[in-house]
Amino acid sequence: MIERTPWLNLATHLILILGLVMILLPIWLTFVAASHDLQTVNTAPVEFWPGPYLLDNLRTAWVESDFGPKFVNSLIVATGVVIGKITLACITAFALVFFNFRGRMLIFWMIFITLMLPLEIRIVPTYAVAANALSPFQTLLDVTGITWAVQTLSGLQIALEWNLLNSYTGLILPLVATATGTFLYRQFFLTVPDELVEAARMDGAGPLRFLWDTLIPLSKTNIAALATIMFVYAWNQYLWPLLVVTDRAAYGVVVVQLSDLVPDNLTTGGGTPNWHIAMAATLMVMLPPIAIVIFMQRWFVRGLINTDK
Amino acid sequence: MAEIDIRRVGKTYGKTVIMQGVDLTIRSGEFLVILGPSGCGKSSLLRMIAGLEEISSGEITIAGQAVNHLEPRERGCAMVFQNYALYPHMTVAENIGYALKVAGVAKAQRLARVTDVAQSVGLSEFLDRRPGQLSGGQRQRVAMARAIIREPKVFLFDEPLSNLDAKLRVQMRHEIRRIHNRIGATSVFVTHDQHEGMTLADRLVVMNKGTIEQIGTPEDIYERPASTYVAGFIGSPAMNLLPGRLSDDRRAVVLESGPRIDLPGPATGLNPGALVQMGFRPEKASLTAPGRGTIEARFDFVEELGAGRVYHLRIEDIPVSLHSEAKMKLAEGASIGLDLGHQNLHLFDGQTGRRVPLSVEMPQLAPTA
Ligand SMILES: Nc1ncnc2c1ncn2[C@@H]1O[C@H](COP(=O)(O)OP(=O)(O)OP(=O)(O)O)[C@@H](O)[C@H]1O
Ligand SMILES: [Mg+2]
Repeated sequence: MIERTPWLNLATHLILILGLVMILLPIWLTFVAASHDLQTVNTAPVEFWPGPYLLDNLRTAWVESDFGPKFVNSLIVATGVVIGKITLACITAFALVFFNFRGRMLIFWMIFITLMLPLEIRIVPTYAVAANALSPFQTLLDVTGITWAVQTLSGLQIALEWNLLNSYTGLILPLVATATGTFLYRQFFLTVPDELVEAARMDGAGPLRFLWDTLIPLSKTNIAALATIMFVYAWNQYLWPLLVVTDRAAYGVVVVQLSDLVPDNLTTGGGTPNWHIAMAATLMVMLPPIAIVIFMQRWFVRGLINTDK
Repeated sequence: MAEIDIRRVGKTYGKTVIMQGVDLTIRSGEFLVILGPSGCGKSSLLRMIAGLEEISSGEITIAGQAVNHLEPRERGCAMVFQNYALYPHMTVAENIGYALKVAGVAKAQRLARVTDVAQSVGLSEFLDRRPGQLSGGQRQRVAMARAIIREPKVFLFDEPLSNLDAKLRVQMRHEIRRIHNRIGATSVFVTHDQHEGMTLADRLVVMNKGTIEQIGTPEDIYERPASTYVAGFIGSPAMNLLPGRLSDDRRAVVLESGPRIDLPGPATGLNPGALVQMGFRPEKASLTAPGRGTIEARFDFVEELGAGRVYHLRIEDIPVSLHSEAKMKLAEGASIGLDLGHQNLHLFDGQTGRRVPLSVEMPQLAPTA
């Protein structure tokens, strides 16, 4: 039962408003700080109303951080992760739900376990693999003695090497290889009635045809949800790009670049606490994820209203 | 048009055997109904014909070709499912035309066929709708159209009418029969509703726990049920069964409750004194004044059907029912006579439950066998 009394209504609204303020206040402060000059930003007490320098600060931040190519990089990475993730999640869940093969549960649990090993935890081995993506195979060859055998027989030295550092592939792949999306899809695929699968078989549609003609159209809202989550997740990545990219000029992403603008002990040792510039940059970096959420929201809502699923 | 031959087919799920040694030949162009209670394996049998379920043992041939290892699409069967299984994201037209699309039929041609088929099942106005915007009966039609458009050799139906209300069910039943007559494909129809089975079938198969109990025309099965199981399953209310022993001359049954009832012919297949069950149909017996019928009964209660009534009676302690148009006022426990109709008695082996032929039946049995 949902109770409806004026007092309860008032209380719920108060709580809602409080929550909203807690979320919006920092963003407002960011905006305010981005619109003042150096002096105002650094004088106490904190200013609560916007000043006149917003456009100037945005321009400075943009030029100073060379944001143009960085935004392009971030977009490439985020889009790559979204596409890679959706494809991977969709086909793995498809295999797990609709096919009966040996070791199905084993594979399912192995994927499940990766949930407990996010990128931050396995960052060192992941980095080692990224430095040479073929190193696991090299190790295998070395350990089994094949390298040695080939060398003594033919004089050729096997040295497998595929360096992913400083590349889009290196930035994207480790973020794609996580299990979250697979689970989302699996849950959805499990709700697809058996009869629908059988009807497609009777109509002569093979598995891939069924995936393409039926499952993917039916999972549109899932795709929208996953795309949004993954875009924001990939856009906000800091640690991994920081590690894997040394050639910042070519492959740097905005979030790492942003951290350079934030005054800390290193940068402000002799310089200036440029909080207004950092905040202006923050505003810009926040925009794409917000835009995606707003844009995708329509799909969620349509998915929720559409009841003929 | 195709004959379906099912030879010694069995089905096991893991270690559970759910079907064993099923032999059945479905004639080309006939409408065959598989009837049986829930869980008896009707769907499993149908799905093995369709190719949706693996055939664990034995062989199925369609039009002379063994299909055990053929994919559903290669068997030339179309299937109508209980829950219709329409593609929810496609329009009615796309649903109907999907099989053709998969088969690579050109769009213009496809559209023409869809329009034709939709017209024949009365769906022309709904072609642009989604399944979610249709009533149950209309969805059923879409499912039918989707099967018809493929011009299959074999039509398979798995309880396609069980989600419809009673009136629509009768209407769709007629429509299915009409479509069958027009197209002439071999049809196999699974149901647990005996009315549906009796009215639709050219021949009826009664299944029980994964085996076939009887195969025959609806009339056959009603007139000469092969076992007490079939006797109890077909007819509403079901056939009444009274336990007893065969008399010494094998021409009568001595009921446990005492009375001796003459049979229409001698039961030559059983020994004198063998345990038997004597059956009579509720609609073939009639009520008489006390002491005037074959046997005495006591009145329990009555059910009004509009067209007639069902009288519930007791012969000693055994409840029996009787269908009659006579309107009688009887007090509970009142004594009344029952005329069982000498010619309409059935006899079953008390041990195996199989029908015991009474010799007068012999000439009747020959043509239907
Ligand atoms: N996938 C399965 N695994 C194990 N047992 C199964 C499976 N499918 C069906 N069965 C069993 O096989 C038997 C026959 O099932 P089937 O679906 O053919 O029955 P049915 O006659 O169609 O019944 P209903 O009228 O309820 O549809 C049942 O006892 C059922 O429990
Ligand atoms: Mg069934």
